[in-house]
Amino acid sequence: MKIGKWRRELPLHVMILPGLLLILLFSYVPMAGITIAFQKFIPARGLFGNQKWVGWDNFDYVMNLPNFKQVLWNTLYISSLKLILGLIVPIVVAVLLNEVKNQLLKRSVQTAIYLPYFLSWVVLGGILIDILSPSEGIVNALIKSFGLDPIFFLGSNHWFPSTLIVSDIWKNFGYGTIVYLAAITGIDPGLYEAATIDGANRWRKIWHITIPGMRMVIVLLSVLSLGQLLNAGFDQVFNLYSPQVYESGDILDTFVYRIGLLDAQYGVATAVGLFKSIVSLILISGSYFFAYRFAKYRIF
Amino acid sequence: MAQTATSNRTGGIPANRKSRRDWFPVLNAVLLIFISLLCILPLIHIIALSFSSSAAASAGRVRLWPVDFTMASYSFTAGRAAFWKAMLVSVERIGIGTPLNLLMTILVAYPLSKETTAFRMRMVYAWIFFMTMLFNGGLIPWYSTLKEFHLLDTIWGLVLPGAVPVFSVILLLNFFREIPKELEEAALIDGAGHWRTLWTIFVPISKPAIATLALFSMVEHWNSWFDGLLIMGDPTHYPLQSYIQTIVIQQNLSNVSYDDVLNLAQISDRTLKASQIFLGSLPIIAAYPFLQKYFVKGIVLGSVKG
Repeated sequence: MKIGKWRRELPLHVMILPGLLLILLFSYVPMAGITIAFQKFIPARGLFGNQKWVGWDNFDYVMNLPNFKQVLWNTLYISSLKLILGLIVPIVVAVLLNEVKNQLLKRSVQTAIYLPYFLSWVVLGGILIDILSPSEGIVNALIKSFGLDPIFFLGSNHWFPSTLIVSDIWKNFGYGTIVYLAAITGIDPGLYEAATIDGANRWRKIWHITIPGMRMVIVLLSVLSLGQLLNAGFDQVFNLYSPQVYESGDILDTFVYRIGLLDAQYGVATAVGLFKSIVSLILISGSYFFAYRFAKYRIF
Repeated sequence: MAQTATSNRTGGIPANRKSRRDWFPVLNAVLLIFISLLCILPLIHIIALSFSSSAAASAGRVRLWPVDFTMASYSFTAGRAAFWKAMLVSVERIGIGTPLNLLMTILVAYPLSKETTAFRMRMVYAWIFFMTMLFNGGLIPWYSTLKEFHLLDTIWGLVLPGAVPVFSVILLLNFFREIPKELEEAALIDGAGHWRTLWTIFVPISKPAIATLALFSMVEHWNSWFDGLLIMGDPTHYPLQSYIQTIVIQQNLSNVSYDDVLNLAQISDRTLKASQIFLGSLPIIAAYPFLQKYFVKGIVLGSVKG
């Protein structure tokens, strides 16, 4: 009987095996590679070769770097504003879009707003660098035509974080809007009819029917996005920043990249990466836990 | 006035509601159109730039339509061997990467979609895969791993590390679980094993879901640029997005041979970069109708369940 069960399950083990091996090789081996954070790592000796162990030295070194606190602050500042606006803007647009009765307009708007979502940050970064250029960019041409001074969006520490936040919303709000619209479609139309008979105006219907109807999805997306708190957007920042805005725009991931792969301080970079991974682990696990508690969200 | 008062009395509709023009739909439409334009006009401006002469571009005369129409930037790019080489790497990457992603997704999702009674190790495997979404080693250990496996500067370095897209696995396994149990039981009675059940029942039924995942995977592979920069020591092995990144973002024109650019009066840095940006987004724009259609399905499949 027991052998029969094993035989029945054997193909399932065989199916999962190649994927399992790939995951072990390319996710779990790098996880084991966090040992680099406690070494004076010399690449030529190999990942699991004979390296010199230095205890917590790399962490001490990072904590004493003058710009580490700034980088951490930049990361939290940029990503939390992205999270908050990235939650509000799609909700507002979805509600407004739901009020549109003309189907052609509705579909056209939907088509337009999630085009940027599919383009890479190389493409979008290239577009932004061109249109925001203070000398020849079309945005500054517009600003100058109003008699104002041109703004160096990507080159001044005053403007850079806002430019990151706004352009991130620009790329991603279409995605959120579609998710919320899908949630709105699930609302019983009878509720709106009943409210109309009761004399409720448009705002009351939005406030008492549409928004509550989206509640679960709002809770779910906001909770899940919390896990991304230390991901301030490597792809975006890497393609838009330059040394003159490191002060306001350097984030953990770009910092790791520079000290690790450009300065070849492998141990230090891994220590920063490990710090980030552990905080993220806590945040993501917590967010899944809350998503399960409040939205009954289960992954598998 | 007397008229409305009468109709009010007879019709039962409040006078002020009937007479006041409702501006909301108009304002709402204007606002939404404005938002839509913000999303597409920057790209249209760049496309217009790429088809304009360098003189018109540097004089700032280009808005949303090409000025002094020319294809010079494109014919210049088309003559670059490096461009075609990079394009080929991208095509190769998608050609290997997407089928691999789909195969792995299907093969992992099927066993994990079984009940624990039918597959006792299910939760152990599920947690092994799920853990990778919670924790990762970070950039340096990842890079060192690829180096350890001698995957640097190979196409396999671009496709193997992400060969099992765990998020897609979760989407597909949830889709598999919606498939009526009767179908599977019927196949079992006919003597079909797991392999045959998977290929003759589960995969055909899940075609729309698998098509969605295929599109996700292709977009992902096309848009990836950082791993190309990192893994490929030799710039002639860059996939197209990495190649474009070096030209447009790093302003490194050695790849396109700067001297040649200056010799051609019709092209400037700016129009050349604009053309690269457009070429980098062209497949996405071409596939956009499909993306849009399947994308909405994919979202409904994924985030809004349960």
